[in-house]
Amino acid sequence: MYAQEVKTPSSRLRSRSDMCEQECAFQDKLDAGTKIEPKDWMPDAYRKTLVRQISQHAHSEIVGQLPEGNWITRAPTLERKAILLAKVQDEAGHGLYLYCAAETLGVSRDDMTADLLSGRAKYSSIFNYPTLTWADVGAIGWLVDGAAIMNQVPLQRCSYGPYARAMVRVCKEESFHQRQGFDIMRVLANGTEAQRAMAQDALDRWWWPSLMMFGPPDDASVHSAQSMAWGIKQDSNDELRQKFVDQTVPQSDFLGLKIPDPDLIWNDDEQHYDFGAIDWHEFYDVIAGNGPCNAERLGARCNAWSEGAWYREGLKAHSDKQRLDRKAA
Amino acid sequence: MVLADPALVGVLGLRMGDNALILGQRLSEWCGHAPVLEEDIATANIALDLIGQASNWLKLAGEVEGGGRSADDLAFLRDAREFTNVLLVEQPDPDFAHTLMRQYLFDSWHAEMLDRLVDSTEARIAEVAAKSAKEAAYHRRRSADLIVRLGDGSEESHARMQAALDALYPFAGELDQPDDCDKALAAAAIAPDLGELAGEVASARTIVFGRAGLSVPTDVPVRSGGKSGLHSEALGYLLAEMQILQRSHPGAKW
Amino acid sequence: MSGASSSASPWPLWEVFIRGQAGISHRHVGSLHAADAETALCNARDVYTRRGEGVSIWVVPSAAILATDPDDHDQLFDAAQSKIYRHPSFFEVPEEIGHM
Repeated sequence: MYAQEVKTPSSRLRSRSDMCEQECAFQDKLDAGTKIEPKDWMPDAYRKTLVRQISQHAHSEIVGQLPEGNWITRAPTLERKAILLAKVQDEAGHGLYLYCAAETLGVSRDDMTADLLSGRAKYSSIFNYPTLTWADVGAIGWLVDGAAIMNQVPLQRCSYGPYARAMVRVCKEESFHQRQGFDIMRVLANGTEAQRAMAQDALDRWWWPSLMMFGPPDDASVHSAQSMAWGIKQDSNDELRQKFVDQTVPQSDFLGLKIPDPDLIWNDDEQHYDFGAIDWHEFYDVIAGNGPCNAERLGARCNAWSEGAWYREGLKAHSDKQRLDRKAA
Repeated sequence: MVLADPALVGVLGLRMGDNALILGQRLSEWCGHAPVLEEDIATANIALDLIGQASNWLKLAGEVEGGGRSADDLAFLRDAREFTNVLLVEQPDPDFAHTLMRQYLFDSWHAEMLDRLVDSTEARIAEVAAKSAKEAAYHRRRSADLIVRLGDGSEESHARMQAALDALYPFAGELDQPDDCDKALAAAAIAPDLGELAGEVASARTIVFGRAGLSVPTDVPVRSGGKSGLHSEALGYLLAEMQILQRSHPGAKW
Repeated sequence: MSGASSSASPWPLWEVFIRGQAGISHRHVGSLHAADAETALCNARDVYTRRGEGVSIWVVPSAAILATDPDDHDQLFDAAQSKIYRHPSFFEVPEEIGHM
């Protein structure tokens, strides 16, 4: 998802016998559904994992501005331009809320930013794919935001209070994002031949990367069990992926578009769609930095940060001077 | 050439709309690239206001024209020579200091202009102006504040703001120079007298630049031509990007 | 990339409180960074009221907030739990009396 590969310090689920008294009491609180707040005691591993997860999530929102941001200046109508701008602006807001939630755990936003820019921190693989046509903006809203919402809704109930509250705000604001994407696809699918082709091409390119957003299959997700015990992950990767496929196939049918998977078929016994094998080699390759746009995305963020240094320092310098003046007066 | 009042209303709507559209387009280029998250969000807010205002003005211009052209038709299907925005708003952004300076030079005029247009004798102009005036007042307040802070801030921020002022000041004068249409609009009390407006704008700017510690260039020639469609080369590229989909898929719905 | 390490003096963190509508109290909505109080207020308007969520904003430096220690929870808050007579539901009102 937006935090696809969150490593916990150990790949083994901690059992009660591993825990000290304090940690047992902490686990009791989690099991009782009590939220953990910044000043509460928490195991170091819980804190570290949360910082990793929330900052990855935040980085994904920030880098996630770029693929769609590409098309703001080329949006085909004034209304589409305004909607897309508002949507991408929301992503910046969501990154901001999430960084603030992570900061309650004792890391600074600037340090998290430095980790992103140096390549130490990860962000979602999905944003390393290029947006080649206007239909990609529709496909991202429909598929990528659709997948993101599926993951984010349960996070509103996660065990860490500031993260859960940030997600409440994010989910409330994001509810229009998927709809605007689907709306773009709907208009294109009912448009000219070229527009229909554009829509199909976008679905062809975004389908598999969207399925990869949910992260590695459950049998390869060695850190999931601990995250679930900690209440910072609710559903397994495969469960969410299945839910997404089941939800999206009828929407694609409605649009009259074809999902690029010859193995996709309704399974009446399971009451689910069966779908083909995901190319995990591609997933790990993109995560490792070899996706089509990794260098451009990170390059754009590095550039924004370094080119903006004078602005951040200038405003700080002014307020420092004002403070000194007030003291002197 | 003296235009009749209705045609004049169309010219004014087009000019106001083109200014808002082109500046909104320029600002939206920053989305995802601004110096800090909070600024990214604030810049997008201003761009959104301007694009909304552009829609309203261009819709009015299209209605007055009576040829059935929508705001989108006017935005996406006119060539550079038909755009009537001032040169200031189309100037590109070598750095964020230029963006902020361009914004303040425009806002300081725009907010004042809209305040006057609210009292226009032409009801449709007054109506659109009323929708935009509060937004523009906020834009002016914000950009003036940033000019002061960054002009006064660090050595580098001061130098960048001064360089931006030096580069952009020659373009500010076009806002104040009335052409025949502006004069006729003022005579009909549809729009204010631009020369008179210029005086008020100049004194407000003097205070802001003074507090910012920035020196206003003197004796610079005014760079103008936008109102009559004689633009800088930058506009052609801006429009090529903005209009690509409408141009390459004629008649398609989006 | 030089900028990533040039954060020698990062902007401080501010807590944002918004009054959603006239007549109700300000409520904590989140936080943000700004060089000083005035810009924090301005940023709060842009970040937290994009959908018309507010009619008034407070910003407070995060560092200025003093909070109770979770370890003191029992001694601070448990005592109030036993004063159940402070709640109206403690008292039985005869049905004939109606609303009281």
